[in-house]
Amino acid sequence: MSETVNTVRSRTSEAIEAARAAGRTALIGYLPAGYPTVEDSIEAAVALGTNGADVIEIGIPYSDPVMDGPVIQAATSQVLADGFRIDSVFDIVKAVSERTDAVMLVMTYWNIVDRMGVDTFARRLAEAGGAGIITPDLVPEEAGEWFEASDRYELDRVFLTAPSSTDERVKLIVESSRGFVYGVSVMGVTGARSQVSTAAEQVVARAHAAGAPRVAVGLGISKPEHIREIGRYADGAIVGTALVSALRDGGPAAVGALTAELATGAVRDRAGA
Amino acid sequence: MIEHTGSFQHQPGPYFGPYGGRWMPESLIAALEEVDRTFAEAREDPEFAAQLQDLFTNYVNRPSLLTEVPRFAAATPGVRIFLKREDLNHTGSHKINNVIGQALLAQRMGKTRLIAETGAGQHGVATATAAALFGMECTVYMGEVDTQRQALNVARMQMLGAEVVAVKTGARTLKDAINDALRDWVASVDTTHYLLGTVTGPAPFPAMVRYFHSVIGDEAREQVLAQAGRLPDAVCACVGGGSNAIGIFHGFLDDPGVELYGLEAGGEGMESGRHAASINLGRTGVLHGARTYLMQDEDGQTVDSHSISAGLDYPAVGPEHAWLHDTGRATYEPVTDTECMDAFQRLCRTEGIVPAIESSHALAGALRLARRWADEGLVGPDTPEGEQRIIVVSLSGRGDKDVATAAKYFGMLPDTETPAGGDAEAVAARPEGAQS
Repeated sequence: MSETVNTVRSRTSEAIEAARAAGRTALIGYLPAGYPTVEDSIEAAVALGTNGADVIEIGIPYSDPVMDGPVIQAATSQVLADGFRIDSVFDIVKAVSERTDAVMLVMTYWNIVDRMGVDTFARRLAEAGGAGIITPDLVPEEAGEWFEASDRYELDRVFLTAPSSTDERVKLIVESSRGFVYGVSVMGVTGARSQVSTAAEQVVARAHAAGAPRVAVGLGISKPEHIREIGRYADGAIVGTALVSALRDGGPAAVGALTAELATGAVRDRAGA
Repeated sequence: MIEHTGSFQHQPGPYFGPYGGRWMPESLIAALEEVDRTFAEAREDPEFAAQLQDLFTNYVNRPSLLTEVPRFAAATPGVRIFLKREDLNHTGSHKINNVIGQALLAQRMGKTRLIAETGAGQHGVATATAAALFGMECTVYMGEVDTQRQALNVARMQMLGAEVVAVKTGARTLKDAINDALRDWVASVDTTHYLLGTVTGPAPFPAMVRYFHSVIGDEAREQVLAQAGRLPDAVCACVGGGSNAIGIFHGFLDDPGVELYGLEAGGEGMESGRHAASINLGRTGVLHGARTYLMQDEDGQTVDSHSISAGLDYPAVGPEHAWLHDTGRATYEPVTDTECMDAFQRLCRTEGIVPAIESSHALAGALRLARRWADEGLVGPDTPEGEQRIIVVSLSGRGDKDVATAAKYFGMLPDTETPAGGDAEAVAARPEGAQS
């Protein structure tokens, strides 16, 4: 497998390495597709990309989002209630990637991809300018079709590793991922938390030890100081709920303002790794 | 159609043909592996078997009876119907079999808290019961719609010391209760066992829950041999997630002469779109950890299911049923709310047994099958005694919890006790011939 991985270009890896070269922790921001409307979700993602995010995660609203907390659930249920259709995800990815340099990933529960057909979904995502998929409910053991499709269309595949993952599993996850490994910082669902979990550093260290060149930390990250702290040991920081709250309360402009603020935390001091 | 040769019994999972698996967040995989390991060890441990047997005999009230119901079967001469009386178990349904088994496993794992989802409340009540018995904390997630449909079961769970959380997300029914239970489990997995109540979900749940319910089929097979002197021609069971069905089917899977029928909730009819008949709708996908048949739209969003019975109101089905369907070993048919309630009333009036509305789908399936045999000329008034056909029906639960729903359906509630609007709707919605 590693041979294939090495021959496929990874745009997400390039973006994270470019941030590292510029002395920054890669900033990865999540926003749900179609929230609060398709137009505003495009504007919000553009604001994210032009204010300092290196990677943009576009979440696909799903009827049964078991890894999401109340804020993201409320946003995505509203989008679904308003009649969201999956086709607009590709329109959003295309529109945003034409207007920012940030790399576009899609975050989706697997049944959405499964229903369309893994190959079709991957092809359409690549055509729209997307760089890969983050898969919160897909483990490598079930990802056979996705391995093939992601290699065929040169897409990154971001699997999650958790505090509870055994060493054996961390190794499997690291070997299966391309772009970065998503380190889940806490045992729980998405949502802003006042402090970064103490488990995060170990999750990252274990993934690095298993050979992951890039590990980003997600869940509970909402402030520049969180990103500064994470930047001491991780390659990227993922912010979701805080951005969704900002979009809910202040529209795309608030997303831009929060991103700029978060980006100050991503700048590493000279002593930083 | 999937070709399968050899035994159908004891399928170990995680896959059943192309179905099953473990489509779950990574955070939960370690916990699933722990459950898997603990279960594998326990089933080889004679002490565990003895503990389970003792509780089945002295607490659950096993073996449950097999009761012949000649007055219920009288409309189709030449057919004998037997009911496997899971309604007589402690807590009133088959759910307790799996709950006792998993609670023992939770104890082995050193967990101190049980969480569960519930639709009709039967599984929630059973879990609250086991938590009380074993001195564990208990939280039950129940869709807000179901807490209203099954208010008495909410009170029962609370009396048993459980916390009941009314789930207000999504369609506010069983699938949403499972989502919230999973969210709880992700954050509490060190102390908590998620006592999943049916044969859906990620491995090892489908095979493990079947294991604890297989006692239903094992007993029924032995009992029908003793009472009728031979195996039945068919076995009927209702299917939501499919736990009582897999439990009774399992004993007969390798008896090729025994036809197996799973009756799905046809709600207001397949053409109405308002039903919970996942297999009959025929779309496969992944939900709650398993690849299986599920009710979804073109985009892969789960579609809300509908059934008069809260316990069958689930938009997917256990992966082993999906496989049994594809192999042709079992047949899955929808039963509408109307057919179900006719059978419900018939059992009440002819045999003095008030069945759960879930189980009434199986009763309706048995009556339909008997009529089909009569139409095909296979049975009739002149069928000699030795050539009568036999159906065993899984009477998975008792109907006490459904009395309010049924009374409303049949227009039996006094006008003064129901809001004018609600009552008028209930009467208007009542199909012709439903009232006696």
